[in-house]
Amino acid sequence: MFEEKELEKIKQKKDEWEKTCYLKLVKENHELKDKFENLSSIDIKNLYTPNDISHLDYINDMNFPGEFPFLRGVHATMYRGRLWTMRQFSGFGSAEETNQRYKYLLAHGETGLSVAFDYPTLYGYDTDHPLARGEFGKCGVAISSLKDMEILFSGIPVDKISTSMTINGPAAIVWGFYIANAENRNINRRNIGGTIQNDILKEYIAQKSFIFPPEPSMRLIVDTFEFGFKEVPRWNTISISGYHIREAGSTAIQELAFTLGDGLEYVRWAVKRGLKIDDFAPRLSFFFNAHNDFFEEIAKYRAARRIWAKELKKLGAKKPRSLIMRFHTQTAGCSLTAQQPEINITRVTIQALAAILGGTQSLHTNSMDEALALPSEKAVRIALRTQQIIAEESGVTNTIDPLGGSYYIEWLTDIMEEETYKYFDRVEKLGGVIPAIEKGFFQREIAEAAYKYQKEIDENKRAIIGVNKYKVDEPIEIPILKMDEKGEERQINRLKKLRKERDKSKFEKNLNRLRKAAEGEENLMPYILDCVHSYATLGETCGILREVFGEYKEPAIY
Amino acid sequence: MSDLTSRILKGDPRSVAKLITAAENNSKELADEMKIIYKHGGNAYVIGVTGVMGSGKSTLIYELAKEYRKQGKKIGIIAIDPTSPFTGGALLGDRIRMTELVMDDGVFIRSMGTRGMLGGLASAVFDAVEILDASGKDVVIVETVGVGQAEVDVIKIADTTMVVLVPGLGDSIQTIKAGIMEISGIFVVNKADRPDVEQLVAELESLIDISCIGKDRKIPIVKTIAKKNLGIIDLVNEIEKHKDYLIKTKNFEIQRKKRYEAELVEIIRKRLMNFIFDESMFKEKVEKLIDKISKKELDPYSAADEILSKIIK
Amino acid sequence: MEKKIRVLIAKPGLDGHDRGAKVVARALRDAGMEVIYTGLHQTAEMIVETAVQEDVNVIGLSLLSGAHMTLFNDVTKLLKEKGMSDVLVLGGGIIPEEDAPALKKVGVCGIFGPGTPCEDIVDFIKKNVKK
Repeated sequence: MFEEKELEKIKQKKDEWEKTCYLKLVKENHELKDKFENLSSIDIKNLYTPNDISHLDYINDMNFPGEFPFLRGVHATMYRGRLWTMRQFSGFGSAEETNQRYKYLLAHGETGLSVAFDYPTLYGYDTDHPLARGEFGKCGVAISSLKDMEILFSGIPVDKISTSMTINGPAAIVWGFYIANAENRNINRRNIGGTIQNDILKEYIAQKSFIFPPEPSMRLIVDTFEFGFKEVPRWNTISISGYHIREAGSTAIQELAFTLGDGLEYVRWAVKRGLKIDDFAPRLSFFFNAHNDFFEEIAKYRAARRIWAKELKKLGAKKPRSLIMRFHTQTAGCSLTAQQPEINITRVTIQALAAILGGTQSLHTNSMDEALALPSEKAVRIALRTQQIIAEESGVTNTIDPLGGSYYIEWLTDIMEEETYKYFDRVEKLGGVIPAIEKGFFQREIAEAAYKYQKEIDENKRAIIGVNKYKVDEPIEIPILKMDEKGEERQINRLKKLRKERDKSKFEKNLNRLRKAAEGEENLMPYILDCVHSYATLGETCGILREVFGEYKEPAIY
Repeated sequence: MSDLTSRILKGDPRSVAKLITAAENNSKELADEMKIIYKHGGNAYVIGVTGVMGSGKSTLIYELAKEYRKQGKKIGIIAIDPTSPFTGGALLGDRIRMTELVMDDGVFIRSMGTRGMLGGLASAVFDAVEILDASGKDVVIVETVGVGQAEVDVIKIADTTMVVLVPGLGDSIQTIKAGIMEISGIFVVNKADRPDVEQLVAELESLIDISCIGKDRKIPIVKTIAKKNLGIIDLVNEIEKHKDYLIKTKNFEIQRKKRYEAELVEIIRKRLMNFIFDESMFKEKVEKLIDKISKKELDPYSAADEILSKIIK
Repeated sequence: MEKKIRVLIAKPGLDGHDRGAKVVARALRDAGMEVIYTGLHQTAEMIVETAVQEDVNVIGLSLLSGAHMTLFNDVTKLLKEKGMSDVLVLGGGIIPEEDAPALKKVGVCGIFGPGTPCEDIVDFIKKNVKK
């Protein structure tokens, strides 16, 4: 990109500058740190110049937004044409309460919905299951049946607004609830838009809300790809996630490498089934974390787009839409502090800005109180306003990929890509993603990174404001979101009523048909939808799959 | 007989656990209790399980225990993990694979750190086996730390030792050095659905052929896929066959003698070391001697003479 | 022979977030303790039975799903019934400050929430464990 002679001159001048005025100051007053490392332990230099990116070819390596390799953005107009979707992840208690919260958020300017489910739901258990003890509605909304889904979206135009649902093990069934609810409201399934997270590989690696072993889980996921592209074309049937991997303690490079590795594994499985890559690839989406190191995060998103485009091209994808990596971002939950919670607003702002400068399609900003509770109305409103201020007041959306060409950013983007490919090689040597999971490779890398990070904090080598630096001795006062105490009882009664009033023979017949299909090789979505329509509960439907597929037990990795 | 011992003989898990702790801590009351415990031991069949990390030992033991439970046998499992030589702490994580056995009152699982013992065992493992034995367990399974040339002490305690190997773990065969061939009662090739399994089995077979020349028993190889519960019944049968072989050839008694010899050595060693280094009276004297050694005023041999002269008249 | 402090780190209920539990387990190991980790999805019965067999001095309960009031109480209640109230019970995870008094009342001796330096947990155990 730069002229040879110019580069020489710059190199010479930089060397001079470093040996003279820079060194002079370093000798007088040492730099604040011996090493300036980012969160992935990459050594960051004092200054970047054209020499650091001299190998880049603008057209081949960067190009333009909406064009391969999509480094600078997935759409030609990006935020000048359409802002990212402001999509706040939320849910708690019973469907009625969450329905209220969704209406609140929509009224305050949110542009997409995102459902958080409680633990029993995430594991495919009904609210009245013994293992659900104490867990109802605590970290998300309880959805045990189609009836609950009806209440959750009552009064919300699901044909006009897209919904993302963070559900993995029982994703196919919960998706079934959503589709069936829309159809019951005379909305054609071809008109509904949204996402199911449905990313089981990262469950084994990080989030741990898996149910079945890898093979049947992958089968179910490919079933959803197939059903999606044939029947529900506006739906993203997977959100390949790095967020949780990062939350479990990984570095940014690990987040990038493991997520993309998972994505490519899904593509391989779908192709193995016989699906055409250009049919399903356009509906694969991603989900990343936005952590504290501002520039590293931006470089991460850009590297992600370029790597994905290159790899999908290698795998034979031809349609431009197949090569585009669209992603949702959430600011890092694990970076929030319980101490001096208001300062989390500042953290979230920086993190959100990184996601936006990185070109995210959709964004969730955490609320300041989330280190200790589910967000209060006021806190979530501030989080939403953070996005709106960036969008409307900061001017960063005036141009596309404003940091493109920055010597530092392009250098860092390249490094992240390089390190990602190194991880790809290591995983391949272990036999691939699933063997690597069974050998505990990812889990060990993550546990190591998590431990290293904590040690740095405990040894005061890494500052966390309010926690090990600038501490204030004040009580931690975070208003805890109060939930309706009658919610659980209401839910259990609703379940009892539903089980009594449904057509028993139809329900049993459909469950048996599902069992038979699960034992075979057919696509399970139509069978799941039949169960859903006959008001089989989540627990009952998932129970059939548990019977046929078995349950997964994880290896013990520290 | 103390309350504790009588409860142990009845199989009370809390009492079993407490006495094992006393054994690990080499507490003063231990000897008196153990004197009675030993009288009631000797019935349990001891199986040693060794193999590299990642060979699936814990899952294998879990499946084996489940199979024995079906036969109505009561099981004790001792899972040993390395104690850090630097911090003295240990992460004992083998239980995780056996979660489903926790609520079965016919199974007792205890995790132990090596606490400085070399050889793959923990110092208190002999006591723990005796305690579990006396509490009514029919089979006691000891899962040792890894396997390498140094970690072969498991033969000192087990009636049947099984070495678990896995295809594709790179240097599986490298671990088949002298020692491993000697200790193995049974070779288990786990994760036998992996691609290179036949190769591993073939290599094992030729090694066995060579090392078992002239011997009256050829070490059997059992293929298992522990996580799918495959091959476990074959394994149980091979263990039974080995037991019969040992008893028939009188090797059972010979092995048991070796075990009791090792137990005796360990008890004496612990007592001596305790006396010399921990008992407060002697401790000061020993510390002074060590001080002299570091100042080159005394050599370790002369120091040892001085200490031992007090004990060995 | 020194006595080692034996600690059980347990994850009650359905919560799958084990980053903290694993980090604390390692920190305690580095402080010279023997740490047994139960893995995920433990019921109170399983946790207490494991504590019995392993004869632990400390139980650390890790929970981030909000179900701590019910599940921690289940554990301490069961310990009391078995006469094992001398076992030091600690809690960690996402536990709002205002729930701490109620938890202390049912027998959870220390709550270590987000931002706790591992050293604090080590010190607390060394000071309060009954040997």
